[in-house]
Amino acid sequence: MTNKFDDKNKTLGDTLRSRGISRRSFLKFCAATASMMALPPAMIPKVAHALENAKRPSVIWLSFQECTGCTESLTRSHSATIENLIFDSISLDYHHTLQAASGHAAEAAREAAMEENHGNYILVVDGSIPMDNPGYSTIAGISNYDMLMDTAKGAAAIIAVGTCATYGGIPHAKPNPTGAVSVGDLIKDKPIINVPGCPPIPVVITGVVTHFLTFGTIPELDHIGRPKVFYGQSIHDRCYRRPFYDKGLFAETFDDEGAQKGWCLFKLGCKGPTTYNACATTKWNNGTSFPIEAGHPCIGCSEPDFWDGGGFYKALSMPTENITQTALYTAAGAAAVGVAAGALNRAKKNAATKAHPNTTIEDLEK
Amino acid sequence: MPETATSPFNIQIGNDLTWNVMPLLHEVKHALNKLIESGETTVIDLRSIPLAPGEEDRILQTLGVGEIQAKLNALGPSEITETRYAGIWIVTHYNDEEDIIGRFIEVTMMPEILCSQREDMIAAYEAFDTTLEENNESSVEKSE
Ligand code: SF4
Repeated sequence: MTNKFDDKNKTLGDTLRSRGISRRSFLKFCAATASMMALPPAMIPKVAHALENAKRPSVIWLSFQECTGCTESLTRSHSATIENLIFDSISLDYHHTLQAASGHAAEAAREAAMEENHGNYILVVDGSIPMDNPGYSTIAGISNYDMLMDTAKGAAAIIAVGTCATYGGIPHAKPNPTGAVSVGDLIKDKPIINVPGCPPIPVVITGVVTHFLTFGTIPELDHIGRPKVFYGQSIHDRCYRRPFYDKGLFAETFDDEGAQKGWCLFKLGCKGPTTYNACATTKWNNGTSFPIEAGHPCIGCSEPDFWDGGGFYKALSMPTENITQTALYTAAGAAAVGVAAGALNRAKKNAATKAHPNTTIEDLEK
Repeated sequence: MPETATSPFNIQIGNDLTWNVMPLLHEVKHALNKLIESGETTVIDLRSIPLAPGEEDRILQTLGVGEIQAKLNALGPSEITETRYAGIWIVTHYNDEEDIIGRFIEVTMMPEILCSQREDMIAAYEAFDTTLEENNESSVEKSE
């Protein structure tokens, strides 16, 4: 990461060559990058060509009402070589957690980057914006709202990282004491890419930045602004426990026979059927595992209002009456059952959200 | 294939979990036929497929290890193994900390990453030429 503007015309190919990185290493880098962006391997030559010629964009990263988990997710990710190369190929001009400068010097760096790259920089935001009292969250005496609106003006695109920036997240959970809103609630005239998750999978964050770097465009988005390539399928549709769901075999407690045998976690509150994310294939900690593989139901952290969804350990709907039987009748129609269950569960989730004005300690324990 | 395997979380994995293993292996078989018939290569990214704990190991066990095992050192190590079925290769890329950053099944005569690359050969030619010239100059200096 550098703050220099002088080498922004260098392409990634130039940067790599000047470091003595061979073409073979570059091909390996492209294979890992294509995999990270969830692109089919046939795209590797195109990725290689685009990355070779990619210029270093200026990136301004603003953190508002957040826990820094999103930045931690990214900076603690393991594939050091590859992700460093990606981050060496952008010019991260402002990130108040990572930058050395502070106070006026930091704000001056942001203003300089905004002026110099007006219309071309990428704005990354994590955290929600308090609209009740601006004093709930300020940086250098500037309210989050003012800083966002000011910085967004000259951005080419905005990447909202984490469920707080994308949908309000935990600060927005009822009763929403700070009046927290998302980036998309405030900005309507710029392309916004939503990368939700609490936190998002690090390679999904890097994958979205890399997509912009590689193709200079925003990826195809779903109806709530998420890149389809990572959020196009539900956890449930890609879950390796799905055959048990289809057979009606469920763990009822965390230590029963079903739990030991790796059966479906639906009855323990799994939100996989209503959650769209890449956890089931990309997994966490460099592909080691994901919550369901570790025996814990999905809590649906990449969905709006996941905190108010009616209890992490409460089943979306009891599948015994509706789904198990249907599954038994239609062994060959598993996908259709999944879709039906998804619709049923979404309705249930929406109802739970509506009927759930406050969250108490008892709710969290349910 | 073993009857059961154990995941790192001590979950027993029965054969009934392996819903993606057999379709994937059949896809690899068809890809091999395509390679023989038309020379077309296929690359499958193992990260893009939902696999239960132990399933990737089952795939690797079934394919086994054949005559060639190559290691390369390019931005961290990589292992390239021809499986016991000629034309089916497993390519595993690691980063500097030896975490896996990509694993592919390549159905090809030779994985691209093993071939010398034109750009590297051009750079190599120049480096080799410089070395020979330096040697030449130093031997001329010695003889003077
Ligand atoms: S309900 Fe959860 S554990 Fe069960 S198959 Fe769906 S995603 Fe997997």
